[in-house]
Amino acid sequence: MTIMNNIADGSAVGSLLQSGLSLNDHRNLILQRTQESGYYNGLENLELKESDPIAYERIFSKLRAGLVSSREVAKKIAASPIVEQEGELCFTLYNVAGDCIATSTGIIIHVGTMGAAIKYMIQNNWEANPGINPGDMFTNNDCQIGNVHPCDIATIVPIFHDGNLVGWVGGVTHVIDVGAVGPGSMSNGQIQRFGDGVQITCRKTGVNDTPLRDWLHESQRNVRTPKYWILDEKTRIAGCHMIRDLVEETIREEGIEAYEQFAMEVIEDGRRGLTSRIKSMTIPGTYKTVAFVDVPYAHEDVAVPSPFAKVDTIMHAPCEITVKPSATWRLDFEGCSRWGWHTYNANPVAFTSGIWVMMTQSLVPTERINDGARYATEFRLPKGTWTNPDDRRTAHADAWHFLVSSWSSLWRAVSRSYFGRGYLEEVNAGNSNPCNWLQGGGINQEGEIHAVNSFETAACGTGACAVKDGLNHAAAIWNPEGDMGDIEIWELAEPLLYMGRTVKTNSGGYGKYRGGLGFETLRMVWGSADWTMFFMGNGYMNSDWGLMGGYPSATGYRFEAHDTDLLERIKEGMSLPQGKDLNPDMPEFEKHISPDARVKRDKQCITTEAIFENGDLYLNYLRGGPGFGDPLDRELEAVAEDLNQNYLLPEYAEKVYAVVISRDEDGVWHVDEQASIERRLQKRRERIASAVPVHQWMEQERERILDLNASTQVKQMFASSFALSSKFLDEFKSFWDLPEEWELLEESLGIPMFGAKHHMDLSELPDVHPVIMTEQ
Amino acid sequence: MATYTKKQVTDLVHGELDWDSLHRMLSMPKDKERYGQFIEVLQEQVSWKDRIILPLGPHLFIVESAKDQALVTKCTCGHDFGDYRQNWKLNALIHVRDSEEKMSEVYPKLMAPHTEWQVYREYLCPTCGTLHDVEAPTPWYPVIHDFQPDLKTFFDWMEMPAPARA
Repeated sequence: MTIMNNIADGSAVGSLLQSGLSLNDHRNLILQRTQESGYYNGLENLELKESDPIAYERIFSKLRAGLVSSREVAKKIAASPIVEQEGELCFTLYNVAGDCIATSTGIIIHVGTMGAAIKYMIQNNWEANPGINPGDMFTNNDCQIGNVHPCDIATIVPIFHDGNLVGWVGGVTHVIDVGAVGPGSMSNGQIQRFGDGVQITCRKTGVNDTPLRDWLHESQRNVRTPKYWILDEKTRIAGCHMIRDLVEETIREEGIEAYEQFAMEVIEDGRRGLTSRIKSMTIPGTYKTVAFVDVPYAHEDVAVPSPFAKVDTIMHAPCEITVKPSATWRLDFEGCSRWGWHTYNANPVAFTSGIWVMMTQSLVPTERINDGARYATEFRLPKGTWTNPDDRRTAHADAWHFLVSSWSSLWRAVSRSYFGRGYLEEVNAGNSNPCNWLQGGGINQEGEIHAVNSFETAACGTGACAVKDGLNHAAAIWNPEGDMGDIEIWELAEPLLYMGRTVKTNSGGYGKYRGGLGFETLRMVWGSADWTMFFMGNGYMNSDWGLMGGYPSATGYRFEAHDTDLLERIKEGMSLPQGKDLNPDMPEFEKHISPDARVKRDKQCITTEAIFENGDLYLNYLRGGPGFGDPLDRELEAVAEDLNQNYLLPEYAEKVYAVVISRDEDGVWHVDEQASIERRLQKRRERIASAVPVHQWMEQERERILDLNASTQVKQMFASSFALSSKFLDEFKSFWDLPEEWELLEESLGIPMFGAKHHMDLSELPDVHPVIMTEQ
Repeated sequence: MATYTKKQVTDLVHGELDWDSLHRMLSMPKDKERYGQFIEVLQEQVSWKDRIILPLGPHLFIVESAKDQALVTKCTCGHDFGDYRQNWKLNALIHVRDSEEKMSEVYPKLMAPHTEWQVYREYLCPTCGTLHDVEAPTPWYPVIHDFQPDLKTFFDWMEMPAPARA
């Protein structure tokens, strides 16, 4: 088999399937039958499942178990702590049309992203050129095809039986560096695709089960961490080949007809599974919700190559969820703000596929996650917004900054359903915004070119439930496994010693049940030669609101210190900062470093590369989750426990929980029950006295709008959404009863607005046919 | 399918359910009768006679008026927020944290939002001062109408008669 087999005459087209159809015609027929019938591929009856349920379950169990075990085995090949420690990998099996049959555990957002890559190859006639043959490997990380961000590298392997294509398997790992302008896999110095790191568009990178030499040479020299890169690739290839063997074995045992029937029915089964869960867990109706997060780029510590990116902006993600009488649902993101000159833009597939990561944790907590759920869901992501850019220059390295922030509001919406039906155990006030992302690079302790991206973020605080507190430093929305990683492993991978690692006091949102707390680690640079680091997270805003009276979790802040004299202090046996930044408004670290140290302690939580010398300090603060219910309903014993566990600052026990506290000579906190009951009654009276009727406040707020009294970033956000959505503008004007002639144009704000008027979409490139799977 | 006793659902509502039962609730298919049990437990906790139709929060409910079968949103204390189709927040009290001073009452300065970017809006019951919701939007943002249930379809799904005025 040669790499360029049959390209010249195009005779390969139609030769891959027994039906003689091209892959594109085959897929279009499935789409047509699905649209006409409402059932995936027109499957009104699940013949295999109904006639031989044991065989159906046997096939599913074998494939699912094989996917999970292949992932577990393959990840031992990797050296990157991101993959080996945090489990940032996933393997998924697809049918011929690129629709997911079953997936492993792990970062299952890639059920959709790898499926989108397969569909792109189908729609853009890879069948003719470069050809699809047994033993081929394709590599993709192109964000304009559907990848979340360039550091998620996918290897895709076609599966054949008797010369016919019978499916695909994809494996993805999150690599530690992808050769972007800034080091680290999710860096943020670049503002366009052209600095976002190497981008590979479904390229044939292997034949006869062997990676091509030009690919190996080229790819390794395009990243800072080639050792990790190549071991990650071996991980993906090994996993894909194990799963291909598994499929071949299954076909031998069950027969090709049964397998192919299964590969269609299981998706219709998945579609029915979601509608069944919607009907059994939710309440029909309309849910409106919204999320925001800050993009503070005007600050001097954000260095970007182009002046038009030096503006403060806000991500805006309103969502209207309609749960229909048919037990299907529609998620409409009308009103989202425009894409921007930063690395937080997202492709529609990243957005829609990612939603299943969170839904598998509540609505569909089943191993039967496949593309069926997508077929039961209508998504609308308007073109030109940050989650469906209309320009091919956009950067996506940290799409998660916007994705996790926007999804936080969906938790609240579905939780209203669970609460209303009495399924209190499923209620989740939200997810923490899993950050900070500690990243950087240079020459490490081994004298090698290196980049780091700490995945301690995989263990942030979770949102509060309606029956219990959120979990402390436990999980991240994008990887349900939740693991902060071993200190010793991070110290091997990074030239950064741990001065301490401890729970982050006061980081969980208050409530009857509080949000889970985050944690903080203080790192000292050690053993590096030339080294930079930067911060990436939320600071001026918080994307994680509370639910039903609960408070949002704490926002982020930044602490870094230079010229600390710590190396001298260590030699002289002097006191050292040891990791606990108890109350950032009353700094403690500064008492244990040089008085002349340069300290940055502020809310600028997005920065670009700054030089760090050995002995400099960096605080990695991982966020907490939001709270549930009125804090005045929190049990007094629980407040005392929070104080004694150092989870809560005494000042806020008094101010927010309205308890009367004292500390005994052993340092143990106590809550005075009777005095606290009286204090809480008084607090209720104070609340009423200090509040105003909503209509009265609305009149004041309306005046502020008429006076255009808001910060530039707030006005830019609204102007950007108004320009993209007349519906959102009309609803805004109607709510505030604004005059017909009222308008807010971005042009009036005196800030650069590159991309607002002039842009060029990917679809305008010659011979490029993007795969569109959402209404736009 | 697992089913649960009224005692277990009562314990769930009070946050006192044992972990084994709670884990079973999380891991097993959902029990359709939970809604009825939940409503029964809640109904016993309120002093008024109106029938709870749909809980919107720990202290906020859509109820069917015992007097005229009107569907309204009501607080545990009995405060009436008006027709359930309208956004109850518009009839609430509000406290807006839109300055550094007001934010510092709930978080240390460096752990609170900057109010030029984001404010906290606390929606309170005018009668009892219960905090029913906290919004955290930008300034200018319209009050959010979180949820407009389709009660007729819901009761159809539950195979129960819908309230007369749904």
